[in-house]
Amino acid sequence: MGLEEKLPNGILLASVEKLVNWTRKSSLWPATFGLACCAIEMMTTGGPRYDLARFGMEVFRASPRQADLMIVAGRVTNKMAPVLRQIYDQMPEPRWVLAMGVCASSGGMFNNYAVVQGVDHVVPVDMYLPGCPPRPEMLMDAILKIHQKIMDEPLGPARAKQLLESGHRTELLPSSIKYAKK
Amino acid sequence: MGMFDPLKGFGVTFGTMFKKVVTEEYPEAGAPAAPRYHGRHQLNRHPDGLEKCVGCELCAWACPADAIFVEGGNNTEDARYSPGERYGADYQINYLRCIGCGLCIEACPTRSLTMINFYELADDNREDLIYTKEQLLAPLLPGMEQPPHPMRLGETEQDYYVNGPELAVAAPDVQARSEAK
Repeated sequence: MGLEEKLPNGILLASVEKLVNWTRKSSLWPATFGLACCAIEMMTTGGPRYDLARFGMEVFRASPRQADLMIVAGRVTNKMAPVLRQIYDQMPEPRWVLAMGVCASSGGMFNNYAVVQGVDHVVPVDMYLPGCPPRPEMLMDAILKIHQKIMDEPLGPARAKQLLESGHRTELLPSSIKYAKK
Repeated sequence: MGMFDPLKGFGVTFGTMFKKVVTEEYPEAGAPAAPRYHGRHQLNRHPDGLEKCVGCELCAWACPADAIFVEGGNNTEDARYSPGERYGADYQINYLRCIGCGLCIEACPTRSLTMINFYELADDNREDLIYTKEQLLAPLLPGMEQPPHPMRLGETEQDYYVNGPELAVAAPDVQARSEAK
């Protein structure tokens, strides 16, 4: 970007970074990438019983250009991999990828020639969610952990370098502990 | 198609406002699960703290996704981790492969491997989702002692398995013994 690269790090832009990250995490629109049974759980999560709208992400965008988060739900075959990559490339920055379920994360029980052994062979993954399929609470937990990560994202290369040098790593607490009623 | 049909539709919407909300309050109200839900695994212990795992690898053989890695080791008189000859020296479960089917639980001959209700496992790298033995082992309850230590509840492993229920009751006895040391 522009201004924040010229200015020294510190008081002024630290709050801007927080504000930007807060707006990003509060309205994270997922792109649907339902491929198998995990997609059924993903739809349930969007439904009234689990209600993803509570976290500002009720619209599952079928159009990648309007989406921020790609939830890869299901096993990715070698034939599907280029499609997955294209959808990812069409998404505007900043974008995040959630590998939902064991098949998307590592190939799961499908250790064979047809299935990509983890979507991180194709796209960079921000959150791995085990489970076969993960229950809706697990998906919400993964999404809330992505929110925690987004809140710690650096704004601009200078700040990114600073964070890298400090060795900062977002602490990923289980959501039922982090967001427990006080 | 009557002229009041649109009104009827709004009536449904209006009526729903007074119905009970069906949404689960997930992160705020804890993580609910059925009592026998297949969550994360746990390696159990005998009442004196010795591990139940004997390193037989039956769980690894039963696993349809090849998620479990076990390496057995020999118990010696100096370093005893489980009653009997063998113990699980190395134990890893890859949660990015595990499908939670529970076949490993069925295969376990000593009921060492069971599942608990914890399921909030998501993480941002693949290494941290391979759980090692330290992460999988059950926490030490009062009366348990961190292995390696000699068999406290009997002369042979037969005593551990045959007299299991009585030993569980007698566990506070072990605590007194370990405190006396």
